[in-house]
Amino acid sequence: MTFINYAAREINCKIVYYGPGLGGKTTNIQYVYERTGNDTKGKLISLATETDRTLFFDFLPIEFGAIRGFRTRFHLYTVPGQVFYDASRKLILKGVDGVVFVADSQEIRMDANVESIRNLNENLKEHGYDLAKVPYVLQFNKRDLPTAVPVPQMVAALRIKNEPVFEAVATRGLGVFDTLKSIVKSVLLHLRSR
Amino acid sequence: MAVADLVLLEADHGRLVAVLERLRQDANAKLVFLLDKNGQHLALSGDLDAIDPTSLASLTAGNVAATDGLAKLIGEREFSILFHEGERDNLHINVVAGTAILLVLFDLRSSLGLVRLRVKKATADLAAILDDVVARSEARRAGFFGARSPFAEITDEDIDALFS
Repeated sequence: MTFINYAAREINCKIVYYGPGLGGKTTNIQYVYERTGNDTKGKLISLATETDRTLFFDFLPIEFGAIRGFRTRFHLYTVPGQVFYDASRKLILKGVDGVVFVADSQEIRMDANVESIRNLNENLKEHGYDLAKVPYVLQFNKRDLPTAVPVPQMVAALRIKNEPVFEAVATRGLGVFDTLKSIVKSVLLHLRSR
Repeated sequence: MAVADLVLLEADHGRLVAVLERLRQDANAKLVFLLDKNGQHLALSGDLDAIDPTSLASLTAGNVAATDGLAKLIGEREFSILFHEGERDNLHINVVAGTAILLVLFDLRSSLGLVRLRVKKATADLAAILDDVVARSEARRAGFFGARSPFAEITDEDIDALFS
């Protein structure tokens, strides 16, 4: 649910990074935080356990330029990927404008990727959203690992609606901003069509 | 999407701020802060000092969402009030009209009883304004509202320019 604030002349959108545990969702937004100027980013909040596993969410507000006199502000959230935190994942999807699915390219995590997409679909439905209509970008993370599944195989298993696909190595920042730009663009185009 | 965008006009913002100002004075509070349930900051009265409003909004919304989840888990519809007591400052948080969250930050110069009393009146006033805002946002989505979104005619070039 986009929030258009005429008083502050700004538009606020919510983007959620979704995916299986330890897939690199937090690493994505940490990289965005590190590589963004102070004038365009807010505070990075991480509600994590002592072992740096996301407990509730990570949050990073980031601002792009203005469109038609309105500042464009995006709130980036990650969800906890671990299966048993489903209640928290559901809460964070409330009011979402766009979803980035961060898939783990390792062969051993393919089942977890598939299960997480199924879970995303289910949780979106509970909020009244249809994954087929929500702006959505797919990222294949950890492409540098020797056990990474070939891209065509990942596309066949995980791509659901012709969404843009990006290869990434989030620890080194590869593909991180391409993914972000793509989802921002999809959200804004979606806004235009409404 | 299933949910209409929330559109806040300057006039709405002015009405909300007027209610918040009155509440802050009547409750002797340091800060009164209104946000929507998705964590978007709507309006405030008082001094933020070093508090980042965006962080405050997202953490408060997360707090309320988690508490809602707890309520449902034990079979309650909702916990309508949250109270956090600190050594110096306290937070009183309550849901307004099912769509927004009102946060009051106060210290020893006020009391929980006074804040609760004043919040009750202000909540009714805020709910009336927010109902108007939501109704208009819904009407806009359904196409009954004259003002078109400023984003209806953005071009691909406008979007690309954001990243240049």
